[in-house]
Amino acid sequence: MTPVRQGADHAAIETALAAIAATFAEAGYAPVTTGHLFEAETLIDLYGEDIRARAFLFPGIGGPGGSDEMCLRPDFTVPVVRAHSARGWDRAARYAYQGPVFRRQDPGSTRPTEYLQAGIENLGDPDAAVADAEVLALIRRALEAAGAGPIEISTGDLGIAFALLDALPMPPRRCHQLRRHFWRPARFHELVEEAVAGPSAPGATRARLIAAATGPEPDRAVAVLAEAAGQPIGLREVDEITARARALAEAAGEPPMPAEHAELIETALSIKGPAGNALARLRALTDAAGVDITPALDRFEARLEALDQAGLDAARMPFDAAFGRNLEYYEGFVFEVTARDGSGARPDLPPLAGGGRYDAMTQRLGAARPIPAVGGMIRPEALLAASGERP
Amino acid sequence: MTLTLALPSKGRIQAETIAWFAGHGVEIARTGDARQYAARAEGAAGLEIVMLPAGEIPGALAEGRVDMGVTGEDLIRERVPGWADRISIARQLGFGHADLVVAVPAFWIDVERMADLDAVAEAFRARHGHGLRIATKYHNLTRAFFQAKGVADYRLIDSQGATEAGPMNQSCEAIADITSSGETLRANHLKLVEDGLILQSHAVLCLSKTAEIGAQSRETIDRILGGDATPSG
Repeated sequence: MTPVRQGADHAAIETALAAIAATFAEAGYAPVTTGHLFEAETLIDLYGEDIRARAFLFPGIGGPGGSDEMCLRPDFTVPVVRAHSARGWDRAARYAYQGPVFRRQDPGSTRPTEYLQAGIENLGDPDAAVADAEVLALIRRALEAAGAGPIEISTGDLGIAFALLDALPMPPRRCHQLRRHFWRPARFHELVEEAVAGPSAPGATRARLIAAATGPEPDRAVAVLAEAAGQPIGLREVDEITARARALAEAAGEPPMPAEHAELIETALSIKGPAGNALARLRALTDAAGVDITPALDRFEARLEALDQAGLDAARMPFDAAFGRNLEYYEGFVFEVTARDGSGARPDLPPLAGGGRYDAMTQRLGAARPIPAVGGMIRPEALLAASGERP
Repeated sequence: MTLTLALPSKGRIQAETIAWFAGHGVEIARTGDARQYAARAEGAAGLEIVMLPAGEIPGALAEGRVDMGVTGEDLIRERVPGWADRISIARQLGFGHADLVVAVPAFWIDVERMADLDAVAEAFRARHGHGLRIATKYHNLTRAFFQAKGVADYRLIDSQGATEAGPMNQSCEAIADITSSGETLRANHLKLVEDGLILQSHAVLCLSKTAEIGAQSRETIDRILGGDATPSG
């Protein structure tokens, strides 16, 4: 529902939005506007089916049934990055936006279905540490300009877990699976446990399939088995079944994951505390295990230095290695800003701001290779609620 | 004091519901001609019958437009997000069994479990340029199930009928649908995924938690339920 604002409430939100816009503009972020509506296909393709439960979707007009489903924008990042890409990927750009976003909420939830976001996207800056720090520092400056009270900034870095998965010796197929399900922690944990347990003996059907796929004339042998099981229907063809059967054969021959590797992954993901300490613990943990993720940890350290230079007390900022695992498009630095009062955090309020790095998403949106991309957004209504402007 | 009971407006579930009530001391008789969707009850003072399509009964219960209703558990869970706050299931009625299952082409001999479906989904996207299309009319239940099983790279396609024929017509790769026997699946060259049982559904007698049900009506409900305790709410 659209919140109706008038009188002092209206003035307060307009003042906050103007202060945020002025701060972003001064820092060289060019204002952009996007449509409220876009094709659902892009969104669902990017975020997966789960987003459909959270987005307002409806049929478009004039297209064939369902294929032109439309969506009220659930955030600005995708529309802004798409607008950027329309004029080519190979250039740096800084954008600022403001406007409402739309999210379906569970019945009975008090969370808003429509709320304002005022944010920035920083694209194409090759110095990731500096860009990360610039975005967070600017978000903080804009919060101050808009009159935010005491805040706490929490951070994470998903790049560390990915570096660890890449550095640990394991079959490429397993590494790929773990990376693929990193954003689904329950499934990820299950995959780690399965890897430690090692391959189980295949059932009779599966054993026959693997034998067929690894013997002479695999496509023909698999086709015989498959056609005995059922008429070939649909788009998926026999050679796709053969390819998958070969992957199963490979997986059956893979060594189990050493239990200490599993422990290392889970321990690294459980690290929490001031960022400076977290960095030291991650260095000690990986050194002791003989696993080299130096480049990722150096990036973490460079970011802390850049944040210090930007005037933030980076070493003491809370860090949580698992933070951001529920947001599929982030894969590096992530942050969230919450309001504090005398006694601590304000769990009654949504975060005042949040953001992170999403290079890989640019590739899924059509870039030939991942483009450096980091952004952040403020929720002005939460900000005003926190500073008591609105009840 | 009236107590309204929503009865499915047609089909076997209606006949079985009427028989169930007869066994609990309430005679329901249809009135007028078959297309009038009207009925009256005898044996329970103040009980009024409203005939609704089974699919509309969950919404009527959730909004408190009726006090009681009989429909499929699958429809309650699918149509009313957060249903447990608004509807209580008073009785499994012992009929209307139907399983909501995930089925794939029997030809896919490399798919036995949901984890296989996930692996296939990723390879399928790489080859065909889109994720697996799963046809269903049970969007909420299917999405929650796929999420719990950690399946990615799929999308739901709405299908309001003849869902099992979808894979053969290439309008989808797999389905999530109600099956009371395996016959239709086999006829359409499909098979069950081993751990693909989303829900075992039955006909259920439900009470609205949002309707105002007076003390007198409560007594009537208790009597119909055979003197057992009325579920809370």
